[in-house]
Amino acid sequence: MSQLSDLEYLRLSGWQKFGYKLGRFFTGIPGAIGHFFQKIGRCLGRGCAAVGREIADIADTFIHGDWKTKLSFFIMGFGNIARGQVLRGLLFLLFEIVFIAYMVLSGGYWLSMLPSLGLVGPTEEYNEILDAYTTTYHDNSFQILLYGVLTIFFIIAFIYTWRVNVRQNKIAEKILASGKKLKSGKDDLRSIVDDQFHKTLLALPLTGIFFFTVLPILFMILVAFTNYDGTHNGYTNSLFTWVGLDNFNTMLSWAGGSGGSQSYAATFFEVLLWTLIWAFFATFTNYFLGMFVAMAINKKGIKFKKGWRTILVLTIAIPQFISLLYVSKMFAKNGIINGFLLDMGWITQAIDFFGDASRPWLARVTVILINIWIGIPYLMLITTGILMNIPADLYESAKIDGASGWQQYRKITLPYMLFVTGPYLLTSFTGNMNNFNVIYLLTAGAPTNAAASSAAGSVGYTDLLITWLFKITTGAESKYYLASVIGILVFVVVALISLIVYNLLPSIKNEEDFR
Amino acid sequence: MSEATAKRHMGLKTSRAISNTAIHVLLIVISIIWLIPFVCIVLQSFRVENTGPVGYVVPKIWGTDNYVRLFDTDFPRWYTNTFICALATAVLQTIIVLCMSYTLSRFRFKMRKPLMRFMLILGMFPGMLSMIILYRVLKDLGLTQANAVPGLILVYVASSGMGYYVSKGFFDTIPMSLDEAARVDGATRAKILYKIILPLSKPIVIYTVLTAFMGPWGDYVFARYIAFGTSAGKNVAVGLYDWLNKDQISNCYTMFCAGGVLVALPVTILFLFLQKYYVEGVTGGAVKG
Repeated sequence: MSQLSDLEYLRLSGWQKFGYKLGRFFTGIPGAIGHFFQKIGRCLGRGCAAVGREIADIADTFIHGDWKTKLSFFIMGFGNIARGQVLRGLLFLLFEIVFIAYMVLSGGYWLSMLPSLGLVGPTEEYNEILDAYTTTYHDNSFQILLYGVLTIFFIIAFIYTWRVNVRQNKIAEKILASGKKLKSGKDDLRSIVDDQFHKTLLALPLTGIFFFTVLPILFMILVAFTNYDGTHNGYTNSLFTWVGLDNFNTMLSWAGGSGGSQSYAATFFEVLLWTLIWAFFATFTNYFLGMFVAMAINKKGIKFKKGWRTILVLTIAIPQFISLLYVSKMFAKNGIINGFLLDMGWITQAIDFFGDASRPWLARVTVILINIWIGIPYLMLITTGILMNIPADLYESAKIDGASGWQQYRKITLPYMLFVTGPYLLTSFTGNMNNFNVIYLLTAGAPTNAAASSAAGSVGYTDLLITWLFKITTGAESKYYLASVIGILVFVVVALISLIVYNLLPSIKNEEDFR
Repeated sequence: MSEATAKRHMGLKTSRAISNTAIHVLLIVISIIWLIPFVCIVLQSFRVENTGPVGYVVPKIWGTDNYVRLFDTDFPRWYTNTFICALATAVLQTIIVLCMSYTLSRFRFKMRKPLMRFMLILGMFPGMLSMIILYRVLKDLGLTQANAVPGLILVYVASSGMGYYVSKGFFDTIPMSLDEAARVDGATRAKILYKIILPLSKPIVIYTVLTAFMGPWGDYVFARYIAFGTSAGKNVAVGLYDWLNKDQISNCYTMFCAGGVLVALPVTILFLFLQKYYVEGVTGGAVKG
């Protein structure tokens, strides 16, 4: 018995440890915030100092440099060409020419329009030749915002390149003064596949990420502060403009909408709550059941281990849109499930799994159950590999000490699994929060929440924030600015959860525990 | 061995036999549950007597009518669209992901840590948000609707560098001493990559190609944005989804099943052969986070 009480004690202390950690985290928040601002302050200070140093260095280069260096301040790459590094010099020069030409031809216009997002919208004018009213289009708010942001990036890139150009002159002077030779164009070309190979490799992926992820996200963050929607598309019907924090006020205000509909804030928090509940259950039901199936297949004496695994793995291969759409039709009112239940006489009336607005939890629980069907094969795969890595001698010694199967699971398997898969659980939680496919293909958010404002894109009881966002952008009114606000709020929630969990995860802090 | 221990031994043996039988039964039940929907799809794709959803599974009249009817619709066009997208994405995305993960695993440069942290934060934004602007930009470039295929490939491939985690984990396990030995022998970094590292990376290359192929093959949301209602620009997911609309389902439900079978077949076969690599990739990716 004393052994067991020892185990009991250990288990207790584990929770206490967890509680202690949680407590520590929350009591530590004020300190952490203070620390955060201190850090920002220090970073700013360091940044200012760095800028100061740079400026001092630039001035120093100008004063002490020879005439080639001085001229390079205005004609980029001149110093390189004059000192024989023709390839580099020409590239600098080309960049400068392109930059100046761009700024004169269009960059200046985009920048000057950025504060207003366009002055003249589309106008209707009487055309005498056609004897009809024709619409003339003028400014394009969408392009102004997009190219304005792009121009700012271009200017930053130019300043950086100019700085590199100046620094290169200084370095070249130093090298020449010490009597060494400068790198030739051939050396530069070789460095592309050697010393600087990482830059070559990263060039393409990072360009793609910049144009297709960074720029769009930045753009959409900015859209949250405008009134860009279906009726203000910025070109063909009406310009859009800056509205400050109005959209955040709309989304987070508790005032009811027109026609007695629910306020945006009430809808938002309802959807957020369900998103969190969904993510929690979707992650942990899959995790534990997947682990259970993996352990069942791994157990000694089970035949056809490979066969069971293959059956489950094959279900991963079939595209989700087929299986999910099909399953959603199986659960329809006239679907196979209802047909089966009616035939067996277990129910007398078909159950409307996804359409019954008076029973939102029926739809929600069904979605979670179907998600188990989807998720278990993945989790079975992932956990199988890790389960096999648990040192067998841990179990041997536990058996000698007389531990039961459940105790072995509680004291060895589970801690080990949680330790190793901690980061995976976090990403899978945030992934489930944004699990568009399962929700949209299964229910498309149904049953519809009649209380929610119709302007919010007819949100339903199984809608996650991400499917709500999709509905808003594809809906009749296309309130892009609301979608952006939701997107930003999703980011805040995900970032907050990640931050909290990372601070509690043991595998981040004590990396060596189980090795 | 005393009689008592022998008895206990026997008891253990029978209890183990019972639990193993129970688990076998459980696994059979699980397999049935997991396979039922797919069996149903296949069976219903051969149903002739009724083209809508019905409450029974086994067809009353068997036939291949649904498969034949598929060719009178836009389905072949959607299938080609999807296939081109998936193939191009598989090639290009693999190149980009390998570039990214190899660099982040092998090189130590000043911006490495900030870059990785930046991409982690970037990944917390819902990717769908950027589709609104990408749709309009691609529309200005004429890459939407009927021309959706190149636009879609661009969207799939361009940001794929963000998904470098699994293959970086793989490259981390190849010892650095290999690189160093080659450096001593005077090989450039590029030469090390394609002479030494790539031949060792077959599993991760296959895993990357497989996942990159399967992404566009089953993608709904991006394809829906880009095709925007034009039938010629749809991929199979968008096309088949629209067949389940309220006004089409009674006519197209069994065709949906037939189309689904045709879509699932190639990936399932591919998967069957490459299963090993997929399992390795998934397991490794989860452990390294």
